[in-house]
Amino acid sequence: SGSFLLVYLYIFLVVFVGIGLPIEASAPAYQSHGTEGSHLTNITNTKKAFPVLAVNYEHVRKPFEIALWILLALLMKLGFHLIPRLSAVVPESCLLIVVGLLVGGLIKVIGEEPPVLDSQLFFLCLLPPIILDAGYFLPIRPFTENVGTILVFAVIGTLWNAFFMGGLLYALCQIESVGLSGVDLLACLLFGSIVSAVDPVAVLAVFEEIHINELVHILVFGESLLNDAVTVVLYNLFEEFSKVGTVTVLDVFLGVVCFFVVSLGGVLVGAIYGFLAAFTSRFTSHTRVIEPLFVFLYSYMAYLSSEMFHLSGIMALIACGVVMRPYVEANISHKSYTTIKYFLKMWSSVSETLIFIFLGVSTVAGPHAWNWTFVITTVILCLVSRVLGVIGLTFIINKFRIVKLTKKDQFIVAYGGLRGAIAFSLGYLLSNSHQMRNLFLTAIITVIFFTVFVQGMTIRPLVELLAVKKKKESKPSINEEIHTEFLDHLLTGVEGVCGHYGHYHWKEKLNRFNKTYVKRWLIAGENFKEPELIAFYRKMELKQAIMMVESGQLPSVLPSTISMQNIQPRAIPRVSKKREEEIRRILRANLQNNKQKMRSRSYSRHTLFDADEEDNVSEVRLRKTKMEMERRMSHYLTVPANRESPRPGVRRVRFESGLSV
Amino acid sequence: MGSRASTLLREEEIEEIKKETGFSHSQITRLYSRFTSLDKGENGTLSREDFQRIPELAINPLGDRIINAFFPEGEDQVNFRGFMRTLAHFRPIEDNEKNKDPIASEPLNSRSNKLLFAFRLYDLDRDDKISRDELLQVLRMMVGVNISDEQLGSIADRTIQEADQNGDNSISFNEFIKVLEKVDVEQKMSIRFLH
Repeated sequence: SGSFLLVYLYIFLVVFVGIGLPIEASAPAYQSHGTEGSHLTNITNTKKAFPVLAVNYEHVRKPFEIALWILLALLMKLGFHLIPRLSAVVPESCLLIVVGLLVGGLIKVIGEEPPVLDSQLFFLCLLPPIILDAGYFLPIRPFTENVGTILVFAVIGTLWNAFFMGGLLYALCQIESVGLSGVDLLACLLFGSIVSAVDPVAVLAVFEEIHINELVHILVFGESLLNDAVTVVLYNLFEEFSKVGTVTVLDVFLGVVCFFVVSLGGVLVGAIYGFLAAFTSRFTSHTRVIEPLFVFLYSYMAYLSSEMFHLSGIMALIACGVVMRPYVEANISHKSYTTIKYFLKMWSSVSETLIFIFLGVSTVAGPHAWNWTFVITTVILCLVSRVLGVIGLTFIINKFRIVKLTKKDQFIVAYGGLRGAIAFSLGYLLSNSHQMRNLFLTAIITVIFFTVFVQGMTIRPLVELLAVKKKKESKPSINEEIHTEFLDHLLTGVEGVCGHYGHYHWKEKLNRFNKTYVKRWLIAGENFKEPELIAFYRKMELKQAIMMVESGQLPSVLPSTISMQNIQPRAIPRVSKKREEEIRRILRANLQNNKQKMRSRSYSRHTLFDADEEDNVSEVRLRKTKMEMERRMSHYLTVPANRESPRPGVRRVRFESGLSV
Repeated sequence: MGSRASTLLREEEIEEIKKETGFSHSQITRLYSRFTSLDKGENGTLSREDFQRIPELAINPLGDRIINAFFPEGEDQVNFRGFMRTLAHFRPIEDNEKNKDPIASEPLNSRSNKLLFAFRLYDLDRDDKISRDELLQVLRMMVGVNISDEQLGSIADRTIQEADQNGDNSISFNEFIKVLEKVDVEQKMSIRFLH
């Protein structure tokens, strides 16, 4: 009965917030009494009683609204996961859109104007966290191995979609019976370019829940990120052209040049900010607390700077995240790393939720112009052009790939091409001078609904039905690291023997350049000399040590995690050899125990920690051991926060904990 | 040099190599011209010095081991057949080969043969086990001279511990395969030879 009570309380809370929103949307402004009146030096003012309680709503209106919306979004998210069977069948994005529809409907019923997803709000506030989260945690290895395929899908696939759809819709509009003869080719092409791009937010939201194998995931996801440049160029191009009305060959040529400028320029801007962030992180050893802020701010600046020049902001964000990550992670403390991870996941989660809810609300709000033929044709053409595009491109790509794309892969890539909020925002940005704006918006919303609801809901059962390879769960293994590096060297050598300058050759050249020139500038202290294998091993042992301390398995003589705030991570404590051996023995024993357990190296939105960490240690036990440790720790307060750094050159197994000798 | 090279390689030889390794005609001729360009002594075989002259191998941490892999047991010269036989391990696996009759002998570029090639590079004494010392040697080659022996030792210990399943404190070939089952070996150990 306790849990029922909680459920009732929860529903009450949700209703409270949900009603609160439309009500305060229509709240008239209350003027504040008292304080303002007393500043009037008007003698004729009669003396009023000092107001003990006054309502000043206007003062807090804006932040209050924002907070209320976010709260509603998060409560909804919470609610879905409480209902077990629902979240297994329906993807979260669908549920959120439905909630948005309900809220929008409520607001409309009350008689107010529901807010529409403001494009500026979307592009400047809601989209960047999601993209940064995606870019910072982008799995580099599968991405670079498939970058050719991804680029082909992103660039050529999007171009194909845009022109195919635009052209056929124009042909449709020429038919008399449709009644849209006023629409010219450029408007149709503009519409095609808006609707053709695969949306990263929608793809992330749906693919996260189906755990598909890494190859297909990175193909669809990478495509959704990289097609931003194409979308930006096409959109701006057609917008300009439709204002002018005519297109010359020179314009087309300039368009192509523009594409290269937009994409490469975006990447360049991102890379510059990435290097700046890496360089800054070199000096943060004394101010650990603000380290995460540098990461966030530099990335956001990269996005804003490139948007300023009409370059591709998404590519700038991705480039920034990818470039700065290896160096920043070598410099920052473990806690900062966790903070960055947490904050990015948190912000991107909130953003995503808000985006979908607002999509629902905007559907209720937006001006609509419905034309059955146009809308239905758009949806069908979307599917058809996507399928044709994927099949055609895969046929060509497979001639150049070592691991070919199977029919199942192709199906998921085609079916996973979801459209989302970016298309809506771009459509919303269209100036009102476009006569067809409302029709376009309606069609875009219909396409989004179709892809998110129909494709989003059916993709999971289809994946099961077709027995598509799922993501392999793997724990970070030192074996894999060693052997992968071994194979890298082997392949580079064999390529050298064949005289073949391939993938491995250039990767090796880049690594060498990185090691000799770049690392010494961007990584603090002596660590730039550290080989990657050693860094990996150290991090692995550190993670294991922390986990063991937190679960109470390591003896409490390690007052580690709590006093780690200001400890320089590079400080090697003066540990006696005996203690070191003891610790190593304990770790080894723990490794024996954990051998069979599987962890997921996922970057999913919902789970930050590895699955077994939460399985093993129940909340209660963890809290108990923590309390026990804290009690014992009060006896160990003599451990100083900062330890002197050791002589450079002596390298030992290092722990971040302040080990007492 | 070009015309002389092609006359030195007889058609029957090309056919034999094709059957043994699966390379195409043009790939074989292309690799033959690479072979002859490496063969400074012009005697139809390559010696270790010829390999060491390749700049990419000179700076490669595993350079010596790779060179040794080309030479059969105890010999100092390798002819073109042997050269191709070693390179055949790196040919991409083709779809039609995957479904071949399992009774026929396995092609050189099958997944297990690729893994066996890599395994042999660790296992110098050919006892079908990667011992702690052999692993240490490879680790030392890869990380350079700055890391202390003890740290390298603990890495080696942990590596063996992770992989070892029968408790003999070394990695057998089957354990090696198991550890690498998540790595896409077919893609990783394949070079896209130009047609």
